[in-house]
Amino acid sequence: MILNVTILLLFQLAGEVMARGLGLSVPGPVLGLAGLFALLLARPSLATRMSKTANGLLAHLSLLFVPAGVGVVGHLGTFGSDGPALLAALVGSTVLAILAAVAAFLAVARLTGAADE
Amino acid sequence: MSDVTDLWSYLAREPLLWLTATLVAYVIADATAEKLKRHPLANPVLMAVILLATLLAATSTPYATYFEGAQFVHFMLGPATVALALPLHANLKRIRASLLPMLAALFAGSLTAILSALGIAAAFGVRGETLLSLAPKSATAPVAIGVSEAIGGAPTLTAVLVILTGIIGAIVATPILNALKITDWRARGFAVGVAAHGIGTAHAFRVHPTAGAFSGIGMGLNALLTAILAPLVVAWLL
Repeated sequence: MILNVTILLLFQLAGEVMARGLGLSVPGPVLGLAGLFALLLARPSLATRMSKTANGLLAHLSLLFVPAGVGVVGHLGTFGSDGPALLAALVGSTVLAILAAVAAFLAVARLTGAADE
Repeated sequence: MSDVTDLWSYLAREPLLWLTATLVAYVIADATAEKLKRHPLANPVLMAVILLATLLAATSTPYATYFEGAQFVHFMLGPATVALALPLHANLKRIRASLLPMLAALFAGSLTAILSALGIAAAFGVRGETLLSLAPKSATAPVAIGVSEAIGGAPTLTAVLVILTGIIGAIVATPILNALKITDWRARGFAVGVAAHGIGTAHAFRVHPTAGAFSGIGMGLNALLTAILAPLVVAWLL
């Protein structure tokens, strides 16, 4: 468990160093994700030992967004008179984006015969 | 009475109180969601946020004080993002088999999110910096904030819009996709990740492990694509 958390932190740290050092717009943790994924491809046995820690962390991913969510409440006033319009834009565009992505995924899956097994 | 005041001023200074409060609020919210049979509107993030915001207002605690405790939870977002490599690796075969559908869904979802958000808001009279802040809202927060800065938006407003987008996505995804009878967990998860980043992904992991893995990929790829597309769309349209 401690070793697994250490591995996660090391990859995050390496990702942050790369992102800052090279001035990339990709967040450090995303680069860390890519790095760990590459290591898992090279050493699949590592996945077996890390999966319990990773799944435990991801099972309660929602919790990790709570502090940022509380921060949002204090800023709702900054919407001012634009509030209803912004809310309409957020709801409308989120629904449309989900529909567009699902439709494109299924259409191309059918065309290329990449149906799910 | 002064004992209580002393105790309160001690607790208010320490991170323990608000760290514990964050976890308690989440446990209550999650148990409530379970009791309500995971009704889409009973979103655990939304309920925990309402509970904590009410508590902060009632005790007139500033957000900065709250965050001193809550930062430990917030910090875990980084390692959790790295940990997404494991479900990705576990679904390697299915991911390899769905590269083209993912690419199509990525472009369709990312472009639709940016264009429709700008279109709807502009139709309702939103202009200027506020409108620009909306463009990258489907990308994960650190990327969206960077993009917002680059295109002349307000980063703080973008951060708020990003979180709200995630909560909205987590609420609307399951009812819509169930109503359309879409059973392909790859497509469902990927779409939610593209449209509603990490909060959508957290919801997807709850619904189905395959949906969670694909949602994580959708989130990661859309972070990259939004960083490229949002400045182009804004330069072309506005």
